[in-house]
Amino acid sequence: MEIKVLKDILGANEQIAERNRQLLDSKSVFAVNVMASPGAGKTSLILETIKGLKGKTRIGVIEGDMSSSIDAEKVGKEGVPVIQINTGGECHLDANMIHNALGNLLLPDIELLFIENVGNLICPAEFALGENKKILISSIPEGDDKPLKYPLMFHEVDAVIINKIDLLPYVKFDTDAFAQSVKGINKKVEIFPISCTTGQGIQEWVSWLLTQMSRR
Amino acid sequence: MHELAITKSMLDIVLEEAEKAGSKEVGKINLVIGEMTGFVADSVQFYFDFLSKGTPAEGATLSFTTVPIKARCRSCGEPFEPKELDWNCPNCGGNSLDIISGKELFVESIEVE
Repeated sequence: MEIKVLKDILGANEQIAERNRQLLDSKSVFAVNVMASPGAGKTSLILETIKGLKGKTRIGVIEGDMSSSIDAEKVGKEGVPVIQINTGGECHLDANMIHNALGNLLLPDIELLFIENVGNLICPAEFALGENKKILISSIPEGDDKPLKYPLMFHEVDAVIINKIDLLPYVKFDTDAFAQSVKGINKKVEIFPISCTTGQGIQEWVSWLLTQMSRR
Repeated sequence: MHELAITKSMLDIVLEEAEKAGSKEVGKINLVIGEMTGFVADSVQFYFDFLSKGTPAEGATLSFTTVPIKARCRSCGEPFEPKELDWNCPNCGGNSLDIISGKELFVESIEVE
């Protein structure tokens, strides 16, 4: 006997993500899911954004890694509340991990919550967490062909940050071609070329973020 | 690696449906996977064999229907299948598109005894 099921395999995750979304909304927390490959600058961007927004908004961070608490320690030094999630081998964060982490954060003290996903351009694109915005950091040394190699990731995000633009004189990277292929698969996306080392472009990114927070 | 999480969720759905139908044995599971999700059928099968041991789904055949990535050109409206490194419209050469299929990931049906 054949039974029609027609059920989304990620449905259980979507349900928990929706509950996270409602909880965050009720506490007026704006959550940003930060995704990128390892070494693209996720933690650096979060640190620069914390500095850029000092005194303007209260920030909290959830750090996701397969193991270690190196990133959480770096962020903790900036004096913001931070929770480390060790996925224990899983290559992405899922909504349930975020649900558990939210229980350990004082949400009324947070207006902007960064969720640093596990470094990976494939799996994190599949798992909704309950975030308001998804962003992707793609760095100059990774090459300008990444949008075509990881189309789902580039299709899903609200903003793409091109990090390490201070390396442009030394690395072959066609910024226009990169931006064009990103826009090709995602017409709503915003693109921000930045350097966490020199601070170039950080202001534009931070202003956009504040505008998004005020609009929701 | 993300096939592990996916296979767990898939098995949960299958066992729930089998129980609802009062079945103790699942013979076949029909899955639909979009090409854009990047899920590897062999890997899903590997985790399934391991996770389904001792459940009514043990030994079930997994059948995969792959849905190709399809897009529609935003300039001329032409539907087309983007190739690996060529996402330009074959009709007008436009490089702007909307994804219309390829993100699917669901259990279509199960066959039970």
